[in-house]
Amino acid sequence: MSTAQDVYYVPAPSKWPVVGSTALFLLAIGMVSLLHWGKTPGMVFLAAGFAVLTYMLFGWFGNVIHESVSGKYNTQVDASFRWAMGWFIFSEVMFFAAFFGALFYARQMSVPILGDLDNQLIWPGFKPGWPSEGPYLTDAFKPMEAWGLPAVNTLLLLTSGVTLTWAHHALMENKRTQLLIGMAATIALGLTFLFFQATEYGEAAFTLSTGVYGATFFLLTGFHGFHVTLGTLMLIVIMARCGKGHFTPEHHFAFEAVAWYWHFVDVVWLGLFIFVYWM
Amino acid sequence: MEATHDHAHEDHSHHPTGLARYFFTTNHKDIGSMYLWFSLIMFFVGGFMALVIRAELFQPGIQIVNPDVFNQLTTIHALVMIFGAVMPAFVGFANWQIPLMVGASDMAFARMNNWSFWLMPPAATLLVGSFLVPGGAAGSGWTLYPPLSIQGGISVDMTILAVHIMGASSIMGSINIVTTILNMRAPGMTLMRMPMFVWTWLITAYLLIAVMPVLAGAVTMLLTDRHFGTHFFNAAGGGDPTMFMHIFWFFGHPEVYIMILPAFGIISHIIPTFARKPLFGYASMVYATSSIALLSFIVWGHHMFTVGMPAAGNLFFMYATMLIAVPTGVKVFNWIATMWKGSMTFETPMLFAVAFVSLFTIGGFSGLVLAITPVDITLHNTYYVVAHFHYVLFSGAIFSIMGGAYYWLPKWTGHMYDEKLGKVHFWLTTISFNITFFPQHFLGLAGMPRRIPDYATQFTEFNQISSVGAFLLGFSQLLFLYVIIKCIRGGAKAEAKAWEGAEGLEWTVPSPAPYHTFETPPAFH
Repeated sequence: MSTAQDVYYVPAPSKWPVVGSTALFLLAIGMVSLLHWGKTPGMVFLAAGFAVLTYMLFGWFGNVIHESVSGKYNTQVDASFRWAMGWFIFSEVMFFAAFFGALFYARQMSVPILGDLDNQLIWPGFKPGWPSEGPYLTDAFKPMEAWGLPAVNTLLLLTSGVTLTWAHHALMENKRTQLLIGMAATIALGLTFLFFQATEYGEAAFTLSTGVYGATFFLLTGFHGFHVTLGTLMLIVIMARCGKGHFTPEHHFAFEAVAWYWHFVDVVWLGLFIFVYWM
Repeated sequence: MEATHDHAHEDHSHHPTGLARYFFTTNHKDIGSMYLWFSLIMFFVGGFMALVIRAELFQPGIQIVNPDVFNQLTTIHALVMIFGAVMPAFVGFANWQIPLMVGASDMAFARMNNWSFWLMPPAATLLVGSFLVPGGAAGSGWTLYPPLSIQGGISVDMTILAVHIMGASSIMGSINIVTTILNMRAPGMTLMRMPMFVWTWLITAYLLIAVMPVLAGAVTMLLTDRHFGTHFFNAAGGGDPTMFMHIFWFFGHPEVYIMILPAFGIISHIIPTFARKPLFGYASMVYATSSIALLSFIVWGHHMFTVGMPAAGNLFFMYATMLIAVPTGVKVFNWIATMWKGSMTFETPMLFAVAFVSLFTIGGFSGLVLAITPVDITLHNTYYVVAHFHYVLFSGAIFSIMGGAYYWLPKWTGHMYDEKLGKVHFWLTTISFNITFFPQHFLGLAGMPRRIPDYATQFTEFNQISSVGAFLLGFSQLLFLYVIIKCIRGGAKAEAKAWEGAEGLEWTVPSPAPYHTFETPPAFH
């Protein structure tokens, strides 16, 4: 292994990038078909796209894991992974920033400005406050209450950050049972969060089309929920790898990367709790 | 050490041949070449659209395309040139040059690098292919402003998804570049000793990672407004179309600098080489580039002075925009100071670089004119704006790309290009560029609106001059293609150090650069 440690590992030619591009192309065609040419062609392309994407993810990550456990990555490669994960999370922060920007703009600019105009044409009973009601309501408007399920969910995610850190410490001290218990607890908390989030959606007295409040609410919480789903899947993969005996107290960046991601999702939720639910 | 070398070679020196080589490659030089070819093809595709536009504008009235198709052509011309031609060209340069310049064996993530490239052809297919679907391509303008983009048909969705895919490609490419620069420099190459092109790409990649996700968010909101009943950009639901403009230009203005900072980097290599003097004011160049990047986040409002922002907003964006002239002025000063008392020769790359400095400065100054809110209110959406951004994008970004291509072709191909033909290409391009775009300043000042296929008869002469220039400009680029192909196929043998005054690690490896370089980090002094 000493030879591998001296040079930066450059992988051999690989089919996974083109497979991944094919998957995204199929998904894009599927999306367009679904929106314009009906369910059947759309679902066929989307299903094909997801199948190819899944094949690519298993194959590509499989390659990387194999290279990692066979000791091809030296400390310089490890540093590359760290930089890249950090910058990737920064790009995710900026993605959420676009939607937070929309929320702040709607609250501070567009709804108050509409209040200054002759606004009876917008919808009957329009009031320029926040949460803004929106058109197409059949029942009385009821915005989401912060101190019910969302507060419980805040507690769940914050706790999951603690259990994950506990698992990380177990990994660094080579306590494998504690590691697995910590991972299982984190995953269970994530799944409970998702269950409550789905319950909350089911009970919501408004929809995606309930004006700009409904739009910002569902896109912000929806994209967050999607990220929690991805994070939970990543945690499950990491736990399975822990179960197979992967990772050493010194080398476990895959674990740390997923932990960083999980904490990022946690922080986004705090922003959501404060600005979408509470204030 | 010898064993190390052999081991590394075993892994990948036997690359597949034929098409498979390019589909599966993990080599930064292969990927760089693919980016550059892709960019050149898209340059001709976008150029063809521009010529149809100029043919229509040769006379007042409607002759060649109907107004709908005209709108589609202006929209897709811009998207193809920005996302298909200029950005991939700079990424191609980054792929070829950054590992060579910092002494790395390859990009930090060689497989992901190939994915970044191979996302481009599907995206381009969606974008250009949207001309073929019912209703034709998106006609909302490249900025995709609602409500036009909400009302458009299938093609708008194809455009949105193309933007998503190109965004994913850019983000992955940028993470790769940042990581390569921060983690793979040769020992001894501190940040403040990096070649200028590497510095400008580090800052560009940072901008890309910061703003491409914002564009993704903006077009996602468009998609949900179009199909899933949200009201982000619709006042009937408490939203606001102006909100899209704010989010879009929060991406859009840094995007402008994404297309010019690598150009600054290339010019900062060419001028010292042919002036045979080190770059004047290296540190100030780094600080100026960083300042331009940071300021780019707080000037987006100057694209929307006429939408009715509060006066305080207009004033803020006006002053912030004018501030950008300061670091840009520092750069122009430094380039001129580099040439001052240098022993200059004027090979094709240098000609493009000198033309860049003067013509980009014209574009910079017309930008300063447009930054003045009261002036912009009359010039907004006129041909003055078109003239302005073609001066910064064509005689800025594209001149640097052409200059850079001539400069590094000997390193890439191992042959010197045909100097005489290169010079002919330069003069044809520079003269016809000015014939095309300089009269557009006058058209704009006289009030001719952009993105309209018809115009009042008093604008005819300047439009005819512009159209003649455009055809000359377009067909001159075939010469560029010819020079490149000729250079690949043969020509005088290029030395490792192809230019007498060139400095940097890339000139220490043979020409053409071997398939694998710097597998063990070189010594950097």
